[in-house]
Amino acid sequence: MTTSTDTSSKVILRTTGVSKKFGKFVALNNISAEFSRDAITSIIGPNGAGKSTYFNLLSGAFPPSSGKVEFEGRDVTNVAQHEFAHMGIAKSFQITNVFPLLTTRENVRVGLQAFVSRYDIWRPRAKLPGLVEKADALLALVGLWDRRERLAKELAHGEQRALEIGMALAANPRLVLLDEPTAGMSPEETRVMMDLIVKLSKERTVILVEHKMKLVMGISDRVLVLHHGELLAQGTPTEVRQNEQVKRVYLGQREH
Amino acid sequence: MNELSQTLTQPSVASAGWFDFAKRHRAILASIFVLVFPLVMPFTALAVNILIYGLFAVGFNLLFGYLGLLSFGHAALFGTGAYLCGIAIVHFGWSWYAAIVMGILGGAVMAAGIGALAIRTRGIYFAMVTMALSQCVFYLFYQAVDWTGGENGLRGINVRTIDILGLKLDFINPLTRYYVIAAFVILALFVLSRILASPFGAVIEAVRENEARARASGYDVTRTRLITFILSGAFCGLAGALMALHLSIVPIEILHIETSGMVVMMSLLGGMGTFFGPFVGAAVFLLLENLVSIWTVHWQLIVGAVFVVCVLFFPAGIWGTILKRINK
Repeated sequence: MTTSTDTSSKVILRTTGVSKKFGKFVALNNISAEFSRDAITSIIGPNGAGKSTYFNLLSGAFPPSSGKVEFEGRDVTNVAQHEFAHMGIAKSFQITNVFPLLTTRENVRVGLQAFVSRYDIWRPRAKLPGLVEKADALLALVGLWDRRERLAKELAHGEQRALEIGMALAANPRLVLLDEPTAGMSPEETRVMMDLIVKLSKERTVILVEHKMKLVMGISDRVLVLHHGELLAQGTPTEVRQNEQVKRVYLGQREH
Repeated sequence: MNELSQTLTQPSVASAGWFDFAKRHRAILASIFVLVFPLVMPFTALAVNILIYGLFAVGFNLLFGYLGLLSFGHAALFGTGAYLCGIAIVHFGWSWYAAIVMGILGGAVMAAGIGALAIRTRGIYFAMVTMALSQCVFYLFYQAVDWTGGENGLRGINVRTIDILGLKLDFINPLTRYYVIAAFVILALFVLSRILASPFGAVIEAVRENEARARASGYDVTRTRLITFILSGAFCGLAGALMALHLSIVPIEILHIETSGMVVMMSLLGGMGTFFGPFVGAAVFLLLENLVSIWTVHWQLIVGAVFVVCVLFFPAGIWGTILKRINK
């Protein structure tokens, strides 16, 4: 790592006045927030609140129209997406995103390989030491070890989401960004996923975007509420629950 | 944890033994086929054609089948290889092997140029940009009459004997010619097989399967694409150079859009994304062309019909379908 990064500070990720416009539409307006290390922070809000846009800015999918994103003190506002994994940030997507025609094991192995070899066209990849073993260990962690020989597309929805987590962990990231990790899951699958997220958060920082508020309140250390592209409130789950504005725009509705 | 480490050390699930064997030794098996091939063919000149177009299709398939990018301008890479090999011999009096190296480099450099412009586009746009650029290459060679002979083609690539380590081989003899060219094709197949089995080979497939995921995993998708395009260009450049030696002229038609279309058809016919499929496709295409044209001048009608039937009923291609059946 470069010397300018700070891997010990309390704040792992910071956005300063970030906005995002799509044409004339303002998806996000001037959001400043700090994310603490080794905590689970959830970003919640009703549909269209700008959660996914904010997530995409945090994960480098596209740059903000204005404002700054800093990771461990380093300005990452305009860093290319593929560099994020190498800095220590991994993400999972809202829509299931695996390599469908590769085996479950190869999905994770290729994720691990990115940190060992990316452009070697000559040596046999079977000779890269330890990747298959590491892949199998990660698959065991996310509960997919017995599925390792299956093609990723043959896995059930919940299993594919778990595989995505496994792939994100392949980067051995200090920060894991998860975009609606339980979208489309059955209650049972959701419970398994939540347990997995809590397990991950023991060793790394987790930032979570979630539509279902109830779900994240129990596990989050901190909650950010977005509404119409604005940061409506932030604080501990209890503080957020008691916030009048939040109650009005979010909790007043039938709880999801 | 003990239970886990125990299961981890168990051998992975046993799969169809000899199918795996064939996959692991695909380059050797393909080479054996290439060596026996002229003995079962009606005439050797056709076998040489199939060999060279087979290599062209294999090179094209690296981009199309493995990386998932459909180029409609691969004639430019094939043609550049042929012309540069020919020019090196005709205008500079280079030896045949130096001319072949020139052809490979020519294909690769042309691919780098076309790739640099086209690689950021996707799908139909990529196909159109590569097609347009290959038309530019066509006119470039067409207009450079002093170098390329323009519409008459580049003539006078007379390689009569091939010297290898003091051994003089008669390049006029069809069978000798076949095996000289086969030596290069076999070498190319081994190199390709090695690339596909390399770490980079895994990245190629990952990018094909899911670009966004590959990027999030830490791979530079654009760079991966460009490198693959250049590698594909090198294989196609070699095929072109061998074609120039084989025909002893380079016809301007080699750069036609038809050549680009033909290699797409060959790959689809044989099976995109399989190691040996493009070769099978080239063989079926050229055999059909030769056999049907004995009977009628409208051979394209028949080949077209066969192509449509294949695409409709065997979308995995002839070889791809065979592999699927065996693997079940």
